[in-house]
Amino acid sequence: MQPFKPVLLEAVGVPDGNTLASYKSRGGYAPLEQTLAGRQPADVVEMVKSSGLRGRGGAGFSTGLKWTFLPKDHPGPIYLCVNADESEPGTFNNRILMEDDPHQVIEGIILSSFATRASTAYIYLRYEYPTAWHRLQAAIDEAYAAGYLGKNIRDSGFSLDIYLHRGAAAYICGEETGLIESLEGKRAWPRIKPPFPAIEGLFRKPTVVNNIETMACVAQIARRGVDWFKSIGVPADPGNPRDPGSYGPKLYCLSGHVEKPGCYEAPLGITARELIDHFGGGVWKGRRAKAVIPGGISMGLMTESELDTPLDFAGPGRVGCLGLGTAAVVVIDDQTSIVDFLHNSCRFFAHESCGQCTPCREGTSWSLRMLERIKAGKGRLKDLDLLAEIGNTMGMMPGSTICGLADGAAWPIKNAIKKFRGEFEDYIRSTNPSGWMVTDPVPALQIVGAH
Amino acid sequence: MIAPKRVLTEEMVAQIEALAPRYPNRRALTLPAIHIVNAELRHVPLEAVAEIAAVLGLAPAEVQDTLTFYQFFHQEKPHGKVRAFVCRSVSCALRGGDQLLEHLCHKNGIEPYGTTADGELTIEPAECLGACDFAPCILANDDLLKNMTPETAAAALKQPRAKAT
Ligand SMILES: Cc1cc2nc3c(=O)[nH]c(=O)nc-3n(C[C@H](O)[C@H](O)[C@H](O)COP(=O)(O)O)c2cc1C
Ligand code: SF4
Ligand code: FES
Repeated sequence: MQPFKPVLLEAVGVPDGNTLASYKSRGGYAPLEQTLAGRQPADVVEMVKSSGLRGRGGAGFSTGLKWTFLPKDHPGPIYLCVNADESEPGTFNNRILMEDDPHQVIEGIILSSFATRASTAYIYLRYEYPTAWHRLQAAIDEAYAAGYLGKNIRDSGFSLDIYLHRGAAAYICGEETGLIESLEGKRAWPRIKPPFPAIEGLFRKPTVVNNIETMACVAQIARRGVDWFKSIGVPADPGNPRDPGSYGPKLYCLSGHVEKPGCYEAPLGITARELIDHFGGGVWKGRRAKAVIPGGISMGLMTESELDTPLDFAGPGRVGCLGLGTAAVVVIDDQTSIVDFLHNSCRFFAHESCGQCTPCREGTSWSLRMLERIKAGKGRLKDLDLLAEIGNTMGMMPGSTICGLADGAAWPIKNAIKKFRGEFEDYIRSTNPSGWMVTDPVPALQIVGAH
Repeated sequence: MIAPKRVLTEEMVAQIEALAPRYPNRRALTLPAIHIVNAELRHVPLEAVAEIAAVLGLAPAEVQDTLTFYQFFHQEKPHGKVRAFVCRSVSCALRGGDQLLEHLCHKNGIEPYGTTADGELTIEPAECLGACDFAPCILANDDLLKNMTPETAAAALKQPRAKAT
């Protein structure tokens, strides 16, 4: 592996690294000053577009391209919603960026607001991040005092306010239109698209939703340049016109059964095995991995033999996973029951489904009830086919739901049943020796709460 | 007739109004207002919902609809002085999160989401706290308790700590 010096994480471990003085001493806010002094919003859009930056929140959509979907010459207001809901199980890089280097995030937000002509930016922060809340607010206060926020910043004619808005522990508030509804004071029910937020978003105005890490990348591109960013990662596949490449550094969150869990910065395209061995100190207790989540629980599972998959935007899809997602890598060792894993996954999604779409509400709830039945020693082999059917029919991909939560619920089910079917069958046969082949309907177990 | 006792104090209303310039309409103040009340009262009773609605110019049902969606705010009675969220999502579960929750509930004689009789402690299961690098972990008010075992967690939750905000 090539040595790689962290950039996004450069403040980690630096005493008072979260302060304005520290950030400026590392070169921060100089790009903003230069931008405001001599560049146009369109220049910044062009810079981000040509850097190849793809959103870090999960979907991997080109950031610069998304900004160009805003209507031209709109009288305003235009809003920027910064997505700090970070609730995908396994993911914690936004937390570290906000706690350890909030000014990097804020400079990215100011540059992005300038580019998109937004005059208000809301940071939608999950409730469970009190330290990030305090650090961000302190950094915003410092930025106002230093004249980087407020009216007519640096005499450029550009004005911006940044406000923190706190969530209340619901995963669905991370979905961009769920976030918008929640910010508007309503239940966080995702909207049917189109219209996309760029046309009609927050308070029915044109809106951009971007992730915290995406904002940090914008700040670094402005500081270090497009060529620097493009020199890192995996170039576009010339044989595939639909692959825009995976450029730049990425924050990988490593957790579960590794010796050294943590957030590690590496070029996009590092393999799961390199990440686990090089940064994570290997699978814990000298064991082997049974399965690895490539990018948050919604992305499904890779087997041990798939660990040499590069974790770029295209890699996990090649081994049947949903995608790179949040690049949160969770290692599951060979002593762990995959039945327990799937039960945990189904419990999460049944709890977090917002309940709007029947396939998602019923599918997540029934898959949990079936996993509880299996764990209670009452599983039947037929349940595996039913689970696979639920997995294949709920989601935006089969076209049965409004948002991607249902796809995220489906992928762990599909991957687990397909890649570990033998283990499920053994479990069911051994825990339910008299009933595993029964096919009669069975009564339901208890109802689960849902958002 | 005695005027009904107001639940919202002048200070709470002032805090809500201080946020009003941030948003183009008052409905967007719903969640911030609920949080302000909850931070003081550790629950948001129905009377408070009606009063928030009056302050924001909304129907009480609109506020109640938003509030109940999150399943985060207690309404019947206050949560404990310490509200402990014990993570049960995947990374913590792989390192003993479920057992941690079970142990802490058992030790304190309460069910998940329950509050001890002295009103000191509420224990609630939580989905990923975004601190999987410290699994299994607990968020107790504003303190993140890292790499917990049943023993260290039971001891840590006995320590006094700042109120939840
Ligand atoms: C169920 C669900 C939850 C999501 N949660 C988050 C989240 O917590 N943070 C985030 O940035 N994006 C999340 N997303 C993706 C957002 O909808 C959106 O694509 C993203 O915030 C755009 O920012 P980016 O382009 O900078 O990645 C979620 C999507 C879905 C379907
Ligand atoms: S897919 Fe699920 S979470 Fe998304 S809108 Fe439909 S019911 Fe809600
Ligand atoms: S799974 Fe417990 S903090 Fe993420």
